[in-house]
Amino acid sequence: MDAFTILDGLVAPLDRNNVDTDAIIPKQFLKSIKRSGFGPNAFDEWRYMDVGEPGMDNSKRPLNPKFVLNQDRYQGASVLLTRANFGCGSSREHAPWALLDYGFRVIVAESFADIFFNNCYKNGILPIVLPKAEVDALFGLVEHTPGFRLKVDLPAQLVTRPDGHGMPFDVDPFRKECLINGWDDIGLTLRHADKIREYESRRRAEHPYYYS
Amino acid sequence: MQAQTLYEKLWSSHVVHEESDGTALIYIDRHLIHEVTSPQAFEGLKLAGRKPWRVGSIVATADHNTPTDHWDQGITDPVSRQQVETLDANIRAVGALAYFPFKDQRQGIVHVVGPENGATLPGMTVVCGDSHTSTHGAFACLAHGIGTSEVEHVLATQCLIQKKSKTMLIRVDGTLGKGVTAKDVALAIIGHIGTAGGTGYAIEFGGSAMRGLSMEGRMTVCNMAIEAGARMGFVAVDDTTIEYLRGRPFSPTGDDWDKAVAYWRTLHSDEGASFDKVFELRADQIEPQVTWGTSPEMVTGVRGRVPNPAREKDAVRREGMERALQYMGLNPDTPIAEVRIDKVFIGSCTNSRIEDLRQAAAIVRGRRKADNVKLALVVPGSGLVKRQAESEGLDKIFTAAGFEWREPGCSMCLAMNADRLEPGERCASTSNRNFEGRQGAGGRTHLVSPAMAAAAAIAGRFADVREVL
Ligand code: SF4
Repeated sequence: MDAFTILDGLVAPLDRNNVDTDAIIPKQFLKSIKRSGFGPNAFDEWRYMDVGEPGMDNSKRPLNPKFVLNQDRYQGASVLLTRANFGCGSSREHAPWALLDYGFRVIVAESFADIFFNNCYKNGILPIVLPKAEVDALFGLVEHTPGFRLKVDLPAQLVTRPDGHGMPFDVDPFRKECLINGWDDIGLTLRHADKIREYESRRRAEHPYYYS
Repeated sequence: MQAQTLYEKLWSSHVVHEESDGTALIYIDRHLIHEVTSPQAFEGLKLAGRKPWRVGSIVATADHNTPTDHWDQGITDPVSRQQVETLDANIRAVGALAYFPFKDQRQGIVHVVGPENGATLPGMTVVCGDSHTSTHGAFACLAHGIGTSEVEHVLATQCLIQKKSKTMLIRVDGTLGKGVTAKDVALAIIGHIGTAGGTGYAIEFGGSAMRGLSMEGRMTVCNMAIEAGARMGFVAVDDTTIEYLRGRPFSPTGDDWDKAVAYWRTLHSDEGASFDKVFELRADQIEPQVTWGTSPEMVTGVRGRVPNPAREKDAVRREGMERALQYMGLNPDTPIAEVRIDKVFIGSCTNSRIEDLRQAAAIVRGRRKADNVKLALVVPGSGLVKRQAESEGLDKIFTAAGFEWREPGCSMCLAMNADRLEPGERCASTSNRNFEGRQGAGGRTHLVSPAMAAAAAIAGRFADVREVL
């Protein structure tokens, strides 16, 4: 996983509540057995005029001019700005894989669905919750300011607008440390292997019926 | 001792290690695996040169990609076939307590297969790379969906890194009306608290109406906890739980059974335990539900109307409603009972168990599907459910009415196989998600109970099942 510290990135707006993981990456692309290559199919049904299937040459497909991420001004964005309950629905980790592959490292929203929120951290994406009033203001600024960027400082837990307005955000200390260092959870957990074994033998003795 | 909630009991009995900030290592008893969210996890494990910690915790099945007809031809879609074969190979290499591959007698939807085989037991932690793992909470388990990185984490360490959730009690008291089912309870709850209402919470479902539900009904409600934003929902152990488990293939036997039951009887919230939030609903006020939009919270009673966005004050919500009505091809203020349908789907991990099929068959018996209904699909949740239904003659009732009786799997719940809606088609579906494109690009999904889906198939439009009964 790539470490995350400070990012200064172009912001793209997706002004909807309840954007679900089916919308972020439709199920037909879940048939892949790889972790990469989902970016061209992120938001597939909104992004293209035709129906996408695995194996298509996405560069030849007709783009939907009405879909906000297709606008020239948002190409190369690394910060996604959206609304409430982002990432709801299916637990598919293909959703953060697709967003990451598309180029997003930060998602700013009013709120996130739990499983998606968790999946972001496992893939080096920083999900940031800001108050509705700040999000409202950001949507206005993005719309009216071509090339609008945000500076995201994870160690300082601060998002800063170009006009200097700073917005602090919460992040779980453990997740923060993992993200800043790009640590692999499994390696961390296996440091406790003895404790896991100890727990397991205790449980086996107390509740043998869970082990048959 | 201080009164504890069921969640606290389940949580504290699984803590392996806890950091000072509350981040804990939680031990996992049961790891359910299906073909879609596991290949990258097995690959990651292999690349890192790691071995699975306890293969005896693994129960696996192929369900999302498998076809529901022409099993003699195998899986014709090469990409689907590759994914299913990858699971076959991974389980062959690694091992498992049980594997129900494509065409196996006990194959089926992972959340149907686990409980019916007794692989889901009270007091367990149960995870699966699938958000509807909340289903298993019906057995007083801590059961929730995980992402693929966590699938790999559980394979490698038998643990998950977690923080304690807040707790919510949803009490449904009273008696459900005739024709009102667990699905209607679930949709009514989501209609009230919203799709983010349970975010950050572990939900315990209680109250006399919940206790009155069968295990199938409780699974339906817990299944939909995720649609209310909660990763997990659960119900305390009672006689219904214990009777259901008696004699299942992986249920304990002999002395172990008695020992287990004695422990399971403690799995309830103590008198006076306090929750972070409580929500109450009267069972007798719940009507048969129908969703009208593209989120499960966009729901109303069957006697209601499609809402009018003009009356919504919040601008973002109003736009969301307008977009949903446009996608769904519905006009504001249309009575739900005037909405005509093209297809019916009875199935999914929400509503494909024997009781669901019985409820639908009771409506269908002696009637025929309406001519405007192009396809009425019944997809049992598993091979065991299918054979049980056939032994009761339910398949004959459905086929005589013009329904199709299929092989088990996820099918048109998410349309990863050949079963899907065409653009613009409208479906009465017993599944759990009415998101845009969920049942096929451009397809329009209305979530309902099995009885309501059956009634819609007969009428060709939504109909109040209470008038048909
Ligand atoms: S039936 Fe539908 S919701 Fe359930 S596991 Fe299968 S795809 Fe997921």
